[in-house]
Amino acid sequence: MALTLEQVRHVAGLARLALTPDEEQRFSTQLSAILDAVAELEGVDTAGVEPTLHAALAGAPGVRPDQPRPSLGPEAALANAPARVDTRFAVPKIIE
Amino acid sequence: MELTELSMLQLSARLAAGETSSVEATRASLRRIEQVDPQVRAYLRTDPQGALAAAEASDARRRAGNPAGPLDGVPIALKDIFCTRGLETTSGSKILQGFIPPYDATVVTRLREAGLPILGKLNQDEFAMGSSTESSAFHPTHNPWDLSRTPGGSSGGSSAAVAAREAFGALGTDTGGSIRQPAALTNTVGLKPTYGRVSRYGVIAFASSLDQVGPMTRTVADCAALLQLICGRDPLDATSAPVEVPDFGQELEGGVKGMKLGLPREYFVEGMDPEVAASVRAAAESYRKLGAEIVDISLPHSRHALAAYYLIAPAEASSNLARYDGIRFGLRAKGAHSLGELYSQTRDQGFGAEVKRRIMLGTYALSAGYYDAYYLKAQKVRTLIRGDFDRAFAQVDAILSPTAPTPAFKLGEKSGDPLAMYLMDVLTLPCNLAGLPGMSIPCGFTRSGLPIGLQLLGRHFDEARLLRIARAFEREHDFSARRPPLEVADAA
Amino acid sequence: MPLDDFQPVIGLEVHAQLLTRTKIFCGCSTAFGGEPNAHTCPVCLGMPGVLPVLNEKVVEFAIRAGRALGCTIRPSSIFARKNYFYPDLPKGYQISQYDQPICEHGQLAVETAAGEKTIRILRIHMEEDAGKSTHDPHGDSLVDLNRAGVPLLEIVSEPDLRDAEEAAEYLRTLRDILVYLGVNDGNLEEGSFRCDANVSVMKKGATVYGTRAELKNINSFRFVKQAIDFEIQRQVELIEKGGKVVQETRLWDPVRNETRSMRSKEEAHDYRYFPEPDLPPVQVSAERIAEVERTLPELPKAKLRRFQEELGLSAYDAKLLVGDRELAAFFEACAALYRDYKKLSNWFGGELLRLLKEENLPLSGLRFGPPQFAALLTAIDAGTLSSSAGKEVFGELFRTGKDPQQIISDKGLAQVSDEGAVEKIVDEILAANAGEVEKYKAGKKQVYGFLVGQVMKAMKGKGNPGMVNALLKRKLGEG
Ligand SMILES: [Mg+2]
Ligand SMILES: [Zn+2]
Repeated sequence: MALTLEQVRHVAGLARLALTPDEEQRFSTQLSAILDAVAELEGVDTAGVEPTLHAALAGAPGVRPDQPRPSLGPEAALANAPARVDTRFAVPKIIE
Repeated sequence: MELTELSMLQLSARLAAGETSSVEATRASLRRIEQVDPQVRAYLRTDPQGALAAAEASDARRRAGNPAGPLDGVPIALKDIFCTRGLETTSGSKILQGFIPPYDATVVTRLREAGLPILGKLNQDEFAMGSSTESSAFHPTHNPWDLSRTPGGSSGGSSAAVAAREAFGALGTDTGGSIRQPAALTNTVGLKPTYGRVSRYGVIAFASSLDQVGPMTRTVADCAALLQLICGRDPLDATSAPVEVPDFGQELEGGVKGMKLGLPREYFVEGMDPEVAASVRAAAESYRKLGAEIVDISLPHSRHALAAYYLIAPAEASSNLARYDGIRFGLRAKGAHSLGELYSQTRDQGFGAEVKRRIMLGTYALSAGYYDAYYLKAQKVRTLIRGDFDRAFAQVDAILSPTAPTPAFKLGEKSGDPLAMYLMDVLTLPCNLAGLPGMSIPCGFTRSGLPIGLQLLGRHFDEARLLRIARAFEREHDFSARRPPLEVADAA
Repeated sequence: MPLDDFQPVIGLEVHAQLLTRTKIFCGCSTAFGGEPNAHTCPVCLGMPGVLPVLNEKVVEFAIRAGRALGCTIRPSSIFARKNYFYPDLPKGYQISQYDQPICEHGQLAVETAAGEKTIRILRIHMEEDAGKSTHDPHGDSLVDLNRAGVPLLEIVSEPDLRDAEEAAEYLRTLRDILVYLGVNDGNLEEGSFRCDANVSVMKKGATVYGTRAELKNINSFRFVKQAIDFEIQRQVELIEKGGKVVQETRLWDPVRNETRSMRSKEEAHDYRYFPEPDLPPVQVSAERIAEVERTLPELPKAKLRRFQEELGLSAYDAKLLVGDRELAAFFEACAALYRDYKKLSNWFGGELLRLLKEENLPLSGLRFGPPQFAALLTAIDAGTLSSSAGKEVFGELFRTGKDPQQIISDKGLAQVSDEGAVEKIVDEILAANAGEVEKYKAGKKQVYGFLVGQVMKAMKGKGNPGMVNALLKRKLGEG
């Protein structure tokens, strides 16, 4: 199931990866090889088989009460920010 | 005997008896790191001040007669995938270089509360994607048993550090075998707990439905003691299981008399190293002599585990790694003019080839028109793989198999061929897909002196039995005493 | 082909922010305001290694809204990831629900020109809100993640609406219900109740729907009708000129009163949904649903009917009172102590609401309760207080909360209704104004007003008007 360069570019766009032409070429062959390897799944009879959508086994209820917990505060929240203006994260202009 | 030669529990006994101090043990570890890490390169960074401060606090508690727990004061090291408050955490990636987390992972909090000094952060494959540490953005780690070979991955820094006595114990993570395979390649003990047994909060995510945190140590008893500290329900992790945590050390010496151990035919794959196969069959024979019954079993769908894993894990990873965008933390591409450029240049410069490959694969598997054929199909095959284990565990109490098809391979040998690298995990993947607990313990050496690992798989939440079975073997053939042939450059 | 040869087909998607104290997947406060990024933590900042944990209050509110809108509640629903890149979406995906939402197949009765119409509700699901970005003059965009992770209910209607007016009425009715349920504050302007409209047109009598455009940024009730009407017009004209309506997202521009195509942020529209592995399924038992149902308040439509049928109020009065849940509750509390509902509702519509508005006081800020209100109205009925004096007492009660009896005596407003006392004053006035009396008897009737004035002045305005008139008439008639 070869992955064309066009498909590689489309997927790279979705994943927001600026691939070099060389990377595009390499991924096209490597991903095609991997997809060939995984293609064997088509042959597996999964009629009537439920997908395992959640790995959590013992019914982990995993909910919490609506109780406030301390926030980080702006300084700690932006301590690692590469670019900021006051207590906001700065990014290049978003075009609506 | 050098302090760093002691196991965690041996050191703990000395600390309790006042024969040594946590500060001494910590200094010994830091000296050992200086001596051997230039060759082994297990560490990305050490934290001498933090470790020594914790050691002094531990000694103070011991002097006051109230240690925080059995391992209070025993120095440990952590794979760089665990967020450590105030200490840089990169998950082996350039995109997180310089990231200082403002919070601790839950397992880190538990270790700190138990008083274990944290020596530093250990090397790994980038975002835990790999089986050799060669996809680390910084440098590969070398196997202490043969420095030209890999210590396995992705928790290769952890396995190498423990084998080289650069830490008394370590934590790693295992998504498709990343604790067990490195343990097998370095003559150490590694355990991946049942999915949900240990909190994943603060553990940088690779594949959320597969990742688990586990101990990496030199002995089974150390493994049980360390596991005891990190298990248990965490309100910060909705998938952590509300299941009671037993005392893992209690039945450790119970032996295997009357137990049934399954040996799956499919797990002696063709192309497996004959010495590995022989060593594992010999181990099975040992168990028979110890009173266990060896049962030939079949896990037919395990052969599809590689295909299912390499759709499910990359799909989850492609989503889990979308947050690395150069906006709130980590690397930000210079000179990006538009938002689109900021994203794609930051991610192109920040991620290595293996991570990009898996992000692309996962994005493709989820993209329009392919979800059913790839992702959903893989999740159905996952159900079949799990079904095999359920049937097997109706017949047997645990399952034995080789951990890895080959002993440690040469650095550079497989890094150019992704599929060859992926095949290293073919025996460890099914366990992750089924959410089972799995261990690897030393079970021999090749003629050329390379470690071989025996894999043990258990029922859900049955870690205690696995540890007991592992101990039964360990006390017959104690490999943990053997030391890697590292010439020690005499410390300046 | 003129406009009315085309049949508009409209479906509405509402995002309602839930009035919980904390966000949906972390413990940060949902309180409005505060410094940018002050209400954030590693979880809602999307930092490496963090995990979401569901706020159980969100599930309760989802069940509330679902049952109030007649939906079936799914015993086990799952979250899914909606993957797209945008600066105010820190994780690079929104945790939402996709093919297994918590509520499905409800309906909402809407008053339309042609009488009541039932609009079907396809589904309601839980999801997290994104942050907000603003544009800095010198080019950058600035991101505030305070709102990131605030819980939302997304309510999706079937395309059953046939014109802009119906759509606006559906929105008002839905908003009232959500406000009544206490799950949302219904504030379209501030963005805590947002609406996107899917609009298409088809030839009258056709059965296949036309291609639909999604209208975004309709952030006030006034614009709902305008935006939809504009879009219907645009699509009809496009078709008339032989063009084809394109499936796209369009932004409503209230300044230029038009919709504009948005180079939409999710142009790829491939959200690569997959089940959220970090959150187990949301289990809801039958008992849990019953438990939530018991707490459901009476909804606006039912209360409106009861206020008219049982309390005998006019449609106008009932609508005024029911429009505000707290006001309706306060009215009923007073009605329990004072039976003349019509008069009570007049006092609500007249005095109470006027003073509340003047002082810009919320109902919760009232300084008196139903017993004092009832005591005042009872005093007026009993004649101890004229209605004009009653208004004065009410003003005082409203300002001070002092007991009405106390106010009456402090201000000496008690109306003299003791017949003997009134008769004495009337006789005195008649005696003192014998001339006027003669003129009255000789036929100059307007003198009567003067005489009444004199009596009231003598009694400092406290005379019971009914009684004064009766006595004067008798005295003059006899005399
Ligand atoms: Mg939505
Ligand atoms: Zn938060």
